[in-house]
Amino acid sequence: MSKYLKSAFVALSVLATATPAMAGKFDLGREATAAEVSAWDIDIRPDGKGLPEGKGTVVQGEEIYAEKCASCHGDFGEGIDRWPVLAGGQDSLKSERPVKTIGSYWPYLSTVFDYVNRAMPFGEAQSLEPDEVYAITAYLLNLNDVVDGDFELSKQNFVKTRLPNEANFIADARPDTPVVTKGAEPCMTDCKPGTVKITGTARVLDVTPDEDNNQTGSLD
Amino acid sequence: MSDETGNSKTKTSRRRFLGAGVALGAAAIAGKARAGDGEAAILEKKDWNQYLGDGVDARPYGHPSEFEKNVVRRNVAWLTADPISSVNFTPLHDLDGIITPNGLCFERHHAGIAEVDPAEHRLMINGLVDKQMVFTMADIMRFPRENRVYFLECAANSGMEWRGAQLNGCQFTHGMIHNVMYTGVPLKLLLEEAGVKTNAKWIMPEGADASAMTRSVPLAKAMEDCLVAFKMNGEALRPEQGYPLRLVVPGWEGNMWVKWLRRLEVGDEPWHHREETSKYTDLLENGKARRFTWEMDAKSVITNPSPQAPLLHKKGQTVITGVAWSGRGTIKRVDVSIDGGRNWMPARIDGPSLDKSMHRFYLDFDWDGSPLLLQSRAMDSTGYVQPTKNQLRAERGTNSIYHNNGIQTWHVKANGEVENVEVS
Repeated sequence: MSKYLKSAFVALSVLATATPAMAGKFDLGREATAAEVSAWDIDIRPDGKGLPEGKGTVVQGEEIYAEKCASCHGDFGEGIDRWPVLAGGQDSLKSERPVKTIGSYWPYLSTVFDYVNRAMPFGEAQSLEPDEVYAITAYLLNLNDVVDGDFELSKQNFVKTRLPNEANFIADARPDTPVVTKGAEPCMTDCKPGTVKITGTARVLDVTPDEDNNQTGSLD
Repeated sequence: MSDETGNSKTKTSRRRFLGAGVALGAAAIAGKARAGDGEAAILEKKDWNQYLGDGVDARPYGHPSEFEKNVVRRNVAWLTADPISSVNFTPLHDLDGIITPNGLCFERHHAGIAEVDPAEHRLMINGLVDKQMVFTMADIMRFPRENRVYFLECAANSGMEWRGAQLNGCQFTHGMIHNVMYTGVPLKLLLEEAGVKTNAKWIMPEGADASAMTRSVPLAKAMEDCLVAFKMNGEALRPEQGYPLRLVVPGWEGNMWVKWLRRLEVGDEPWHHREETSKYTDLLENGKARRFTWEMDAKSVITNPSPQAPLLHKKGQTVITGVAWSGRGTIKRVDVSIDGGRNWMPARIDGPSLDKSMHRFYLDFDWDGSPLLLQSRAMDSTGYVQPTKNQLRAERGTNSIYHNNGIQTWHVKANGEVENVEVS
């Protein structure tokens, strides 16, 4: 089959399966304009799809970050109060108190760009210019010791800038606890040896507001 | 409130009544002062026996009795940095049946409640489609629609309990769940209207609020049973649940049910956005993290008695009740243990048993007044049995945050108080 015929055949079969029963079945809605799609289509993927033209340096990012981010995230990404910690935590993931930051945990840099661009600063979302987002992202890389202080991040070098924890994400392996075979029932008697003992009690007894404590008498 | 919660509920209500300092007079002398004659509740005329109440126009949108004012969502302030990006909890211990009233459905917002004008709301479908499209709310309501009851559970429900018993009340340990009837358009119909290209594998719903929430959803799930919903329990979605439009992703973690839904992008790869990388991934003991852990495993909890709903009537006939659900189907059985999981009794499931919906169970029980270690254990239609917390910890460690569906233990003391405990 010639190349032309082959592609024509593929196109035809796609049409045959997709078109008659599907597209436009109810004739509702209208076609989106190119301007409408580009106004909303801001998402970025790890392969760089969606990245706007632009660039920004660590130094530029530090200045913008200090003005727009540091009041919640701290000057060095350490996090104020319970706002997210953005830097540090390397080698903490196996510890009792893992610190999950861009440098210690996040798999892809595109996630940083996408999130800052779509949702930050908190309370003033989607107000940053592309160059500002590149610069803030560059500064966050520097805070996490991924790049040096003279680094400039751009659309061109974005995809080859990788985060250290990328390889440590794995597929869902559930169910990872017992499933009974069809028709069988789970254990009903003597499922644990001996008398069951209390090994721990609630640490926070007063989660419910005071007025309720008084009324139910159930909470210390 | 149904009669099922029996005596304890009546007494609780009376104590609340007293505690609230309302109309102390008549209630305070109930019983004792008139012991020879009978109960004041019967012998004394009440205002409502004699005087006229409000007319039909006084409450154009009805609200619960003032005696139910403690039945509210509550938050735990220290869990999050700011109530704008936070969560509160459904008062499961105050509810019965399987439907959660709209005003009590727990809230989780990432940028506060968006107040969206439906006339200004649009749903866009872009990406790998034959025709990139825009729909108004009026367009969406002309598509064929379906009614389905589904639970929505936050993947972090019970997440505070991984390291041990923490919060005292099923509202706080299990209240990031609600169960409502949605009316909506099958997502499949909307995607087909735009014409999905053959290389498409994923969709990305996006919200219109200031967090512009996004998740990656496999196309197969989108075509199977997702809904684009505009009603909950018969009325318009509440603003805090995504008015005027939200995605319904049956059986899967609540974060994916994007509220204030304004866009669906169709693509060939997942986006790996913040809520599926930094959050909603399950860190294991070896430092690896599971991602795309979408399904909610079978789970149950006893809602009465529980720390906020003690057994105030002392010994005798009582109703043990709770809820069970599974993201993989229906609940086939719920067993209840009073000895911390050593021996089990089958509970009675009452009410509709619907796919990926909450189920209500009861154990009608004659309490001898001795302390109990109460547990419930759900089994779903796939044969999956709700594991113990220790089984989960053995597999995953204690850093997962998400998907803690372990068996909950309540310690009912001889005086009827109830505490959240861990057992051997």
